[in-house]
Amino acid sequence: MTMAQLSETNTLPRRKPRPRGRMLPYILSLPALLVCIAILVPFVTAAVYSLQRYRLNLPYLRGFIWADNYIDFLTDPAFWNTLRISLIYTALTVVLELLLGLGIALLLRRPTRFHNAVSIALLLPLMTAPAIAALMWKLMTNPGFGILSYLVSLFGVHDFKWASDPSTALFTVVLVDVWVYTPFIMILLLAGLRSLPRQPFEAAALDGVPASFVFFRITLPMLAPYIITASLFRLLDSIQQFDIIYAMTQGGPGDRLMVFQVQAYLEFFQYTNVGRSAALLMILWLITNILSNIFIKNWLRLRERAHGHA
Amino acid sequence: MDHSSLAGRIFRGVALALVLVFFMFPIVWIFLMSFQSNEQILRIPPHILFEPTLTNYQALISGQLRTTAGNLEISFMRNLVNSFVLSSAAVIMALLLGVPAAYAFARFKFRLGESIAFTLLSFRFAPPLLVLLPLSLYYQQLGLSDTYFGIVWVYQLIALPLILWIVRGYFEDISPDIEHAYRLAGHTWREAFTRIAVPLAGPGIAAAGLLSFIFCWNNFVFALILASADKQPVTVGALAFVTASGIQYGQIAAAIVLSVTPTLLLALYAQRYLVEGLSLGAVKG
Repeated sequence: MTMAQLSETNTLPRRKPRPRGRMLPYILSLPALLVCIAILVPFVTAAVYSLQRYRLNLPYLRGFIWADNYIDFLTDPAFWNTLRISLIYTALTVVLELLLGLGIALLLRRPTRFHNAVSIALLLPLMTAPAIAALMWKLMTNPGFGILSYLVSLFGVHDFKWASDPSTALFTVVLVDVWVYTPFIMILLLAGLRSLPRQPFEAAALDGVPASFVFFRITLPMLAPYIITASLFRLLDSIQQFDIIYAMTQGGPGDRLMVFQVQAYLEFFQYTNVGRSAALLMILWLITNILSNIFIKNWLRLRERAHGHA
Repeated sequence: MDHSSLAGRIFRGVALALVLVFFMFPIVWIFLMSFQSNEQILRIPPHILFEPTLTNYQALISGQLRTTAGNLEISFMRNLVNSFVLSSAAVIMALLLGVPAAYAFARFKFRLGESIAFTLLSFRFAPPLLVLLPLSLYYQQLGLSDTYFGIVWVYQLIALPLILWIVRGYFEDISPDIEHAYRLAGHTWREAFTRIAVPLAGPGIAAAGLLSFIFCWNNFVFALILASADKQPVTVGALAFVTASGIQYGQIAAAIVLSVTPTLLLALYAQRYLVEGLSLGAVKG
């Protein structure tokens, strides 16, 4: 039965359909609808701004220039830098977090008391505010007294500058992202692994099937919906990363970490160029919107499974 | 999978130890640092054993930081209070708006309902600055900038989708037959909602509330753009504090510990529901 049919039969019978009874769902969801509308207003405003020449410091120049903000991006190396850095950051974080998260979930698969304790402990980084996590790592990578700077110096690497050196800044923020968000993938995949049916694994064990075959032909395919949902979730958040990068370096050194949202923030507040900032965010929204449509399809499938509507 | 071979067990043990060190070390280290004086922090090599001091916390709580360069006012306690006020108000508002809507979406099939539910879900994944930047201009015109209400309102972007989708799942899991029977006994839908549906979904509602509190508390960018200094939560306040105090590393560590402790405790308390909350209700733990 589909969700729609199920809900149809679930609906309370209304023998005498009074107007009030029919209006009930609308009345109940009215506040949520108002929130939606209230949020759509600034969203539409941003779309309009992106078509305008709009600088806060030069208000009299304001007017529609239609696609010019977007066309300017095509020849603007700063834009291509933003796109490149955002994509590299996203690819690195998602791949690393997926591999690590999957590995840890496999290690913790058997529900022993110790494994459960470890998986709860790993939630702590995830529940740390990302901006605060960046500050923690900033203290640990301080060139003067940071424990990590000290540790790498023991291995003969002196003067390792972490986030303040253009060549290692990306590595440092990716490291913080991995620290915060790997537990997200781990916890979802662990829940997925533990919910898998036992029979295929028992049958494989009886037949003496090699472990690598079990992993690639049974575990991975059965875990695929969880892996896809968790990765898309991270993909969507990662391409919009702001907190960690802003708290760590504000996009620097130079333009080394100018991802979409940091660049848009600086366009708005530093260069007061509202139109350009809005155009940049519209492009980011376009990317996330495509991704989130794919995400929601997969997410709904998992959700129906969890709630027994499949 | 072979659990019994010695090499396999050693490999698993070492791997788990490395995982624990990587994920726990920063928290432990910053915690230790918060009990050290600046002189102790600046020692090289770093010492594991040290005389703990409470001066960092005293300075933060009293709001007075005495340095050789003079006195520095710290408003960090104010940031902590702001985080509590903003997050609690946002969650209460989201529960009041979201629970009835979640009930409607779970019990009645109507097209507008699905549109609202999915629009709110898609907000969760839209770039926050896209909404925040125009909103900051609107707020200036409306006189909403720098009000608690203005910030709490925007926090609905975080709390509402979460509450709506998790609570909806809980309502869907409750058989409507119970409410049906209750209504046949002559009770109104309102009584069926408040006396049957909400109590039965109670644990789910509480979990969704706790989780959205954590996410509101951890949010950074909303308040960065909309809040002035006296309304800022700890996430923004801690960053401002780093810029202002510069080299008072012990106090920075203590401020970090105070900022993360409430959410970490809540997360440990609500850990049973975290999987469900993190996946917006798609995966059960």
